[in-house]
Amino acid sequence: MDLSLSTRTVTGRGGDRTVVEVGGEIDVYTAPKLREQLVELVNDGSYHLVVDMEGVDFLDSTGLGVLVGGLKRVRAHEGSLRLVCNQERILKIFRITGLTKVFPIHNTVEEAVEATD
Amino acid sequence: MATVELRFSAQPEHVRTARLVAAAVARRAGVDEAALDEVRLAVGEACSRAVGLHRSHGIVAPVRVVLTEEEKAFSIEVGDEVPGAGRGAAAGVEGAEPEAEGEGADDQMGLAVISGLVDDVEVSSDEDGGVIRMSWPANPASAGS
Repeated sequence: MDLSLSTRTVTGRGGDRTVVEVGGEIDVYTAPKLREQLVELVNDGSYHLVVDMEGVDFLDSTGLGVLVGGLKRVRAHEGSLRLVCNQERILKIFRITGLTKVFPIHNTVEEAVEATD
Repeated sequence: MATVELRFSAQPEHVRTARLVAAAVARRAGVDEAALDEVRLAVGEACSRAVGLHRSHGIVAPVRVVLTEEEKAFSIEVGDEVPGAGRGAAAGVEGAEPEAEGEGADDQMGLAVISGLVDDVEVSSDEDGGVIRMSWPANPASAGS
């Protein structure tokens, strides 16, 4: 299954948040598309991103690298990058790489959009 | 003797095929259903790394994946043809910096994921290239069809 991406803007307590809904597989082949999308959003001035990973079937270290790259970019603009993920198989990869300490991970898009800390 | 051997040109789009084949053969070999996600991820990481190494070194030879059903284990070997690559990269695991971007960082994070996922893993390398060897317990009697 290929990667699907869609974005929308949702207004939360802290202001506008750009929700990037990702579906399918994020691997060495598809990760560059996600990277392009995140770079484009930051270049267009969206510095508060919520990446919704509920539709992701597979994530590898290339995908993790892209998310870390996105985080670096938004932080350069005092922004934020939050993840939405409830799937144990995906969360496991964040845990073994220690990235649960790097990314705020939320249960729902609503929760991520409203988060301000 | 190898149960299934796969060779694919070092293109990112073929890594998914290797994952699917490895998971299918592992299931047949009797690897626990709960470990199949690990097999899929680990073989994907090893193949992505090999593809990256071949491409960055301009090597046109295919990446090699050998899936072997043993008596009580299922093993996977992913081989690249970049001399000495495994040694350098293996040494990099401990000092991996996930904050860094770029091919080198992806490579190290890939190895970090493999070593976190798989209990039985060996990374070796010589002048002909590197091999990542991983194995999982298997019970052929419980294998599905």
